[in-house]
Amino acid sequence: MMRDLAGIGAFAAAVTAVTLTTDSGVLLTLVMMILYAALLAQAWNVLGGYGGQFSFGHALFFGTGAYAQAIAQVAHGINPWAALALAVAAAAAVGVLVGALAFRYGLKGSYFALVTLAFAEVFRILALSVDFTGGGVGMMLPLNESFANLQFGSRKGYIGLVTAFVIAGLLVTTWLRHSRFGAWLQAVRDNEDAARAVGVDPYRTKLAAIGLSGGLMGAAGAFYVQVFQYIDPGLAFGPHVSIEALVGAIVGGMGTLWGPLLGAAALQLLAELTRNLFGQLPGLNMVIYGAVLVLIVMFVPRGLAGARTPVRGLWRGRRRG
Amino acid sequence: MIDFSILFPSILNGLTTGAIYALVALGLTLIYGVLHIINFAHGACLMVALYAVYWLKEKLGIDPYLALPLVVPAMFALGYALQRGVVNRASHGKDENILLVTLGVAIVLENLALLAFKSDTRTIETAYTLTTVPIGPAMIALSKLVAFGGALVASAVLLLIVTRTDLGRAIRAVAKEKQGAKLMGIDVDHVYAMSFGMGLACLGAAACFLLPAYYVNPQVGGGFVLVAFTIVVLGGMGSFTGALVGGLLIGVVESLGGLFLGESLGQIGIFVIFIAVLLFRPQGLFGARA
Repeated sequence: MMRDLAGIGAFAAAVTAVTLTTDSGVLLTLVMMILYAALLAQAWNVLGGYGGQFSFGHALFFGTGAYAQAIAQVAHGINPWAALALAVAAAAAVGVLVGALAFRYGLKGSYFALVTLAFAEVFRILALSVDFTGGGVGMMLPLNESFANLQFGSRKGYIGLVTAFVIAGLLVTTWLRHSRFGAWLQAVRDNEDAARAVGVDPYRTKLAAIGLSGGLMGAAGAFYVQVFQYIDPGLAFGPHVSIEALVGAIVGGMGTLWGPLLGAAALQLLAELTRNLFGQLPGLNMVIYGAVLVLIVMFVPRGLAGARTPVRGLWRGRRRG
Repeated sequence: MIDFSILFPSILNGLTTGAIYALVALGLTLIYGVLHIINFAHGACLMVALYAVYWLKEKLGIDPYLALPLVVPAMFALGYALQRGVVNRASHGKDENILLVTLGVAIVLENLALLAFKSDTRTIETAYTLTTVPIGPAMIALSKLVAFGGALVASAVLLLIVTRTDLGRAIRAVAKEKQGAKLMGIDVDHVYAMSFGMGLACLGAAACFLLPAYYVNPQVGGGFVLVAFTIVVLGGMGSFTGALVGGLLIGVVESLGGLFLGESLGQIGIFVIFIAVLLFRPQGLFGARA
C-alpha cells in the first residue's frame, strides 16, 4: 500500500518535472497523449483487468462523457468544470445501466464483449441520427482560453488536467489492490461461483466495477473534448477508442497498477516512432505497429508490467502483479 | 401503410444482401461459433480475398465466378497458415491474447493493402454487371441472385463437412471437449488450423460472389465484422442453418429499417436485435440449449 502510494507520488513528481523543464511542443504533446492513452487503459483495466469482464465497447462510456461535456457547455451554458462532473456521472450511469442489463442476464466472456460493442454501435447510430448531438456534423466548442473555461493556451495546462485524472485512476487501482471491495472483485474474476459461495454478490460487485470504469472513461472523453474542442459520432463511439483502451491495458499487463501506463507509453512511443520514420509511406507505420503488437503478445504474454513478476516472485512469494 | 410494391422489392433486396452477409458469417460460425476464437481479422481477410478476386479479373481477365477454384483454396491455405503460424503460436491459448493477435493481424493486413493499393475504392466491370431479373414487381441484380444461390450451396457444403466427415467429427469433438479430444488422439492444433482455414475459405467464396455487385478498398472488411458476429450469435453458435437464416434475417431487417427509419437510423435495427438476442436468447435461434 505505502509502496504503491510512494510510486504514485514519484510519478506525479516526474511528470511535473518534465512538464516544467521543457518548452518543446512535440515533447509536451507526446507526454499529453501518453497520459491520455494511459487513462483509457486504466479505465479498461478496472473492469477488464481486475473484474475479468472484457469490454470491446468502452467507447460507449468515452463518447457519453465527451458528448455530455460538449452538450452541457454548448446547449446549456454550463461551466466546463461543472460539466466535467456531469460527464463523469453520465458515463458512470451508462456503465451501470449497461452492466445491469448484461450482468443481470449473466453475459460473460465473449458475449459480454460483443454486447458492449453493440451498445457502442447503437449509441454511435443514435448520435448520428438525433438533433441534440448535431448529427454527423459533430459539435464544436467555442474557443475561449481561460482557466475558468477549462481551455488552456499551452499543452501544460492540459497535462496538469490529464495527470490529475491518471492519478485518480492510479488511486482507484491502488484501492482495488488493497481494499475489501477489490478482493471481492478479483475473487469474482478468478472464480465467480466460489466467490458467491463465500458470500460475495457477483452482480453488485461487477456493477460497481463497470460504474467506476465508465466514470474514468467518461473523464477521458471530457478531456478529449476540451483538448480538441470537437467531437463527432465516429470519434466518440467508434471502435478505435475501445481498441486503444483494451490494447494499452493488455499490452501493459492486465490487473496491474502500472501496466496501463507502461502499455500506453510503449504503444504511443512506437506509434510516434513509426510515424516519424515512415510517415511518408501511408500504411507502413501501421503495418509495423500491428506486427509489434503481435510480437509483444507472442513474447511478453503477461504484459510489460507482468514480465518481471516471475523473477521477483522467487523471493516475494507468488503474488500477482 | 406502405404499399406492397415498395415493401416487396425492399424485402427481396434485403434477402439478397443477407445472402452475402450469410456467406461472410458462415466462415465465422466455424471460427467463433465452434472454436470460440474471436477473430477480429475476419473483415481484413475478406478484404484480402476481394483484392485477390479483383486482381485476377484485372490482370488475368478471370471472371469472379471462375476464380472460385483459385481463391477458395488460396484462402484456405492462408487461414491454415495464419492459425498455425501466428494466432496459435502467439496466443498461448489465452482468449485475450487471441483477440490482440487477430487485431494485430487485421491492422497489418489492412495497412499492407493501403500501402500496396492506396485507399482507392475499386470496382470491376463484367458483362452481367447491369443485368437484372424481374421477380414479381421487383428487379433484382443477377449477381445478387447468384450470390443467394452461392450462400445456400456453401452452407450445405459446410453442414455436410461438419456432420458427415471425420474432420467434422474431430472439429465437433474439439469444440466440446478439447482435452478429451486430445486424449483420443486428435491433433488439436491441426483441427483448429483446418477450421480456421475452412472459415477463410468461406470468405474466399464470399468474395467471388460479392465483388461483381460490390467494391473493394482497404477498409471494406470493417463493416462486415460486427454484422457477422451478430449473425453468428443470432443464428446460434456453431449452427450453419442458423447463420444462413440469421444472415437473411439481418439483410431484411437492414433493408426494412432503411425504408422506415431512413439510411442512418435504419442500421440500428441490427444491433437492437443483437442485444435482445444476447440478453434473452443467448443460444440463438437455432442453437442447442446450453
